[in-house]
Amino acid sequence: MSEKTLVEGIREALDEELARDPNVFITGTDIGPRGGVFLATQGLYAKYGPRRIIDSPLAESSIIGVGIGAAMNGMRPVCEIQFADFIHPAYNQIVNEAARMFYRSGGQYCVPLVIRCPYGGGVGGGLYHSQSVEATFAHVPGLKVVIPSNPRDAKGLLKSAIRDNNPVLFLEPKKGYRAIKGEVPEGEYTEPLGVAKVTRAGDDITVYAYGMMHFYCVQAADQVAEEGISVELVDLRTLNPLDKATVLQSFKKTGKALIVYEDNRFVGFGAEIAALLCEEAFEHMDAPIMRLAGPDVPAVPYSRPLQDWFMPDVQRIVEAMRKLAAY
Amino acid sequence: MLKLDTAGAKDHNSHAQEHPGQATAHSAPTPDCLVEMYEVMVRSRRLDERCWLLHRQGRIGFHISGIGHEAAQVGVAFAMQRGHDFLHPYYRDLAMVIALGMPMRAILLGSFGKQGDPSSGGRQMPNHYCYKPASIFSVSSPVGTQLPQAAGLALAEKLKGGNRVTVTCIGEGATSEGDFHEALDWAGVHRLPLVVVVENNEYAISVPMHLQMAVERVADRAAAYGIRGVSVDGLDVFASYAAAKEAIDLARAGAGTTLLEVRVARITPHSSDDNDATYRSPEEKARVRAQDPLPRFQKQLVEMGLLTPAMIAEIERRAQAEVDDALRYAENAPYPPVEWAMGPVFAD
Ligand SMILES: Cc1ncc(C[n+]2csc(CCOP(=O)(O)OP(=O)(O)O)c2C)c(N)n1
Ligand SMILES: [Mg+2]
Repeated sequence: MSEKTLVEGIREALDEELARDPNVFITGTDIGPRGGVFLATQGLYAKYGPRRIIDSPLAESSIIGVGIGAAMNGMRPVCEIQFADFIHPAYNQIVNEAARMFYRSGGQYCVPLVIRCPYGGGVGGGLYHSQSVEATFAHVPGLKVVIPSNPRDAKGLLKSAIRDNNPVLFLEPKKGYRAIKGEVPEGEYTEPLGVAKVTRAGDDITVYAYGMMHFYCVQAADQVAEEGISVELVDLRTLNPLDKATVLQSFKKTGKALIVYEDNRFVGFGAEIAALLCEEAFEHMDAPIMRLAGPDVPAVPYSRPLQDWFMPDVQRIVEAMRKLAAY
Repeated sequence: MLKLDTAGAKDHNSHAQEHPGQATAHSAPTPDCLVEMYEVMVRSRRLDERCWLLHRQGRIGFHISGIGHEAAQVGVAFAMQRGHDFLHPYYRDLAMVIALGMPMRAILLGSFGKQGDPSSGGRQMPNHYCYKPASIFSVSSPVGTQLPQAAGLALAEKLKGGNRVTVTCIGEGATSEGDFHEALDWAGVHRLPLVVVVENNEYAISVPMHLQMAVERVADRAAAYGIRGVSVDGLDVFASYAAAKEAIDLARAGAGTTLLEVRVARITPHSSDDNDATYRSPEEKARVRAQDPLPRFQKQLVEMGLLTPAMIAEIERRAQAEVDDALRYAENAPYPPVEWAMGPVFAD
């Protein structure tokens, strides 16, 4: 084991999969000699060359469309969209094409495609370098949506995503690329898609989170533990398909749920968790289900105090945990 | 209700008939005009350089530069009926927005994310210009989105029987986006009063021109849409002005759209977040720096007898004073109140 950053976990997964499978290739803008704007692909161009590390034209719809075509011809493309905010020109290819291909061809064609994409705010990125897009895409059947919260999972989940026979949107918490560090096992391992993880056992309340917000929830849970509040923390890891069993199991133990996400609150991922708990564990409910999320304004504003107003943080999570525990 | 209060913004989407005190472009720039163009270039350059410094000092969070693009931008801006014609710019167009009358104080308020920034009141990142009093539309980060919108501005102008020309700017990289193709298709079909200026600096962040397109000139792409394609040396003010003037005159006369490629130099890294040493050699960077359009224009004007050392010094002094003033003003301005983050999200 050695301590790595989240972005190092990503890079190792890419490197190992490129080495393991000649059908894996990477495309996207600036992923070549530049190594990606966040350096996730640093060194890979030098190692694997321009036939496998392909700097694309600046055209997101084609980055995905070309990826779909290559996937249907036997490759395993890993397509990088530079920021989640710039995935929207590719919406048609992702939603109408990649996600529907297997179904519409009656299983004759599948699309083993990974779309890597940094997401999230709190980085001074303003309206278009801060967005969280998971709710939009988790809504789409046929598309897997994965969000790692730590280096170990980042590596293990990305390797699984590359080996999966379906399109996977792999959302990476950009604020955590270097801020989140952790142990990464040496040698080959994978983490399964579609499996959530209880990252902290507790009795009083269940907190559901993923990505950067999970990182903050760990710190918040430590804080409230000193006040005697025992938090069970569930890292969802895969939003679609959702690991309902793990979600329900924890709730049945605590009866109190808080969902934390930085995406806009309205019709956000928290609503899906809340609906699931109401539908399938109503008799276990001890408190109104709580959501702590980004507000319903178009996107994260740039100016520092405005950004701070938007972003959920450890302090706000602590307050929400206290409130729920006290109910 | 919280709203940005800029002159001429009384009603959504209304546009003043004439911009007060606007110079109409001459077919060849007059001597006075050439000196003014030079002064705009100097003002833009000094502000731009100061922003890099402010970023290094940690006083602003981000900067994206127009250094090396100024000759083309000034040439195009002075060929417009400034304030009357529409500009849908992109993030590199600092000299262009200065030429159209955006005050330095306003620009630096944006760099600091301060209250009163007329572009967005601090909601957007720096260099995402918007200035309604000068008919400058709002810059977005997703590249290329301004093109279909500019076609729409031009279409509406045609439908309304107005005489404004729409000028929109884009980098050569972003011409790969579908929006570019779709916009030019409209422009050709409807012979729109539109000038699409492609500021070709041969890089899209790190991706070089030859990985972006297989044609030699961006202007070659025009043929596919039935519009004019013109490629000029955008490091030269005279060439840029002449080409823009012709394109704008044709657009105003009903002769349709021009795709105007101005070949410029990106003398800086892509932005303050970029390290261009990862993809450009020191030799290449030196070569690009040597193309600097500002000393070139200065030399031309000196040789024409339009600029003297005393005038050059005076223009420098004024530019520095203006930058200093704007910096003091913006740094001392308050941040927007948090209510400004909350909305309104819908128009009334
Ligand atoms: C749709 C979209 N994709 C990606 C980006 C990230 N990005 C910002 S600028 C840029 C390069 C643009 O290059 P070019 O169009 O040549 O303009 P230049 O910056 O060189 O003036 C990229 C990839 C973006 N802003 N929007
Ligand atoms: Mg460029």
